[in-house]
Amino acid sequence: MNAAAAPEESAIRRPVPDGQAWRDTILYLDGVSVSFDGFKALNNLSLVIEEGELRCVIGPNGAGKTTMMDVITGKTRPDQGEVFFDGETDLTKLTEPEIAHAGIGRKFQRPTVFENHTVFENLELALKTDKSVWHSLFARLSSEQYGRIAETLALINLTGQAHKRAGLLSHGQKQWLEIGMLLMQQPKLLLVDEPVAGMTEEETERTGELLQGLAGAHSIVVVEHDMKFVSRIAHKVTVLHEGRVLAEGPMEKVQNDERVIEVYLGR
Amino acid sequence: MRRVMELYGTQGWLTLGGAALLFMVIIPLLNLALPPEHVFHVPDHIVALMGKIMCYAIVALAMDLIWGYTGILSLGHGLFFALGGYAMGMYLMRAIGREGMYGSDLPDFMVFLDWKELPWYWLGSDHFGFALLLVILAPGLLALVFGYFAFRSRVKGVYFAIITQALTFAFMLLFFRNETGFGGNNGFTDFKRILGFPLANPSTKVALFITTAFTLLAVLLLCRFIVCSKLGRVLTAIRDAESRLMFSGYDPLHYKLFVWTLSAVLCGIAGALYVPQVGIINPSEMSPANSIEIAVWVALGGRGSLAGAILGAGLVNGAKSWLTVAFPDIWLYFLGLLFILTTLFIPKGVIGLIGQLRGRPK
Repeated sequence: MNAAAAPEESAIRRPVPDGQAWRDTILYLDGVSVSFDGFKALNNLSLVIEEGELRCVIGPNGAGKTTMMDVITGKTRPDQGEVFFDGETDLTKLTEPEIAHAGIGRKFQRPTVFENHTVFENLELALKTDKSVWHSLFARLSSEQYGRIAETLALINLTGQAHKRAGLLSHGQKQWLEIGMLLMQQPKLLLVDEPVAGMTEEETERTGELLQGLAGAHSIVVVEHDMKFVSRIAHKVTVLHEGRVLAEGPMEKVQNDERVIEVYLGR
Repeated sequence: MRRVMELYGTQGWLTLGGAALLFMVIIPLLNLALPPEHVFHVPDHIVALMGKIMCYAIVALAMDLIWGYTGILSLGHGLFFALGGYAMGMYLMRAIGREGMYGSDLPDFMVFLDWKELPWYWLGSDHFGFALLLVILAPGLLALVFGYFAFRSRVKGVYFAIITQALTFAFMLLFFRNETGFGGNNGFTDFKRILGFPLANPSTKVALFITTAFTLLAVLLLCRFIVCSKLGRVLTAIRDAESRLMFSGYDPLHYKLFVWTLSAVLCGIAGALYVPQVGIINPSEMSPANSIEIAVWVALGGRGSLAGAILGAGLVNGAKSWLTVAFPDIWLYFLGLLFILTTLFIPKGVIGLIGQLRGRPK
């Protein structure tokens, strides 16, 4: 797949606000706008994620969090603006599968796993490999690939459920399985939409540890409503409101920001 | 080879072997070798009926691949079946030679239309090999082109079903026209021989029967190979959570196109086996109701189970051949009722019911 499409000349080496070249970033959004029937879901949104960073994105309903995910993963095309991944991949020109191959994994808001497949098969399907029709017809797992699946199973704590149908898992376990599927793709960037929704206190804690453990080796963007969870894991928080960035910074600073309080608590 | 052996367990292979022996050796022998008055003689009309049903079973397998496993309901599979049948029919028409009513080199219907020479698209149709090629290419290419545009535009579910229904209807109208050059509403009939063997001979009939049984077995194994492979798991993943699959790096378009085209080709092969056995092909095979019926077989037998698809085709068509004689006016109501009851009470079909009764969750 021809993932590394050459960016247009005008887009090359445009400096970001703090003077750093965008080539060094894992994700770079600049001036992204999307509207649906006149409603501006994203309004001149600019966002930069550094390599290895764990970033939390919060914001009230309708702030554009999911639309932002859709733009990054190719589900929605922006009307305006630039979206670059890993410095040089123009995401606005790629399809969803191509973006997945380029190294972006996405977890949906509602846990989405293949319910009629076993946990093991779910991970097998997500495994990073040649995903063409012909290859799939004759594919067999190598022992190294078995090993990777086993490792991931242990990491998401589902080793005992490996041969259970995924549809029979608890809600929290499905969330983990989906995170495990992302990891099988060996992505550079993980987009995680509401990872702890519907989880018990203990599961939430484990999920927080899991995500923190993954940061560094991966860049992670977490969209989450649960403020307690966000303050536990986040180094840097971005607040979206009406399709643009309202505030950005460490949790304590953002929490005390006048405009953020206003948006969350109302005038 | 090892992967082929793994397709079924010991019991499965024994069942398959038994069925193969029955349909490829025992029934043909009981039909040919025993005199008609013998108790164990299998009458010709039963052989003909079973041969027909085996063709339908191939269609049911094809339908199950695309609908049961991939979740794409086609209500136009009768078209691909008919196209395969017409491709074979063209050869059979040419094989009549000058023995037709008008004693001409041209097929009778062309003489009747006062055509002086063969239309260009009939060229080569006197070669059996070319006919076989056409059996695969005609439905295959149509499905490939149609599927590409439909799947690329992400047409899904009921919209896709309706378009396929319209497609087969449009082709039926096209083939009804005499000018199209396929015999109009009469289609092709009065075939005399295939590869030089007279079609009226019992041994030719039995040879076609055995060929059909063999093809059905081969198609079953092919489908089994596909659904047991990772490709098969991708197909059910398309059915269950297509967006998850896309974000996992698969392009559903390629997978859908592959299984859709394969399914159409299998239908074409079934149609090509069907026509020499029943001795006629006409545009009514493309009627929308025919395609819907195919979906009924699979729904009744059990979607997402290959054995279920074959069972469904057998049960419905077996019942049909009895009901159309016993209750010619109302048999369609039986079919409709059967379909409604199945969907309401046994969503997993007869095969699912059998599984439940055995206490084994499928």
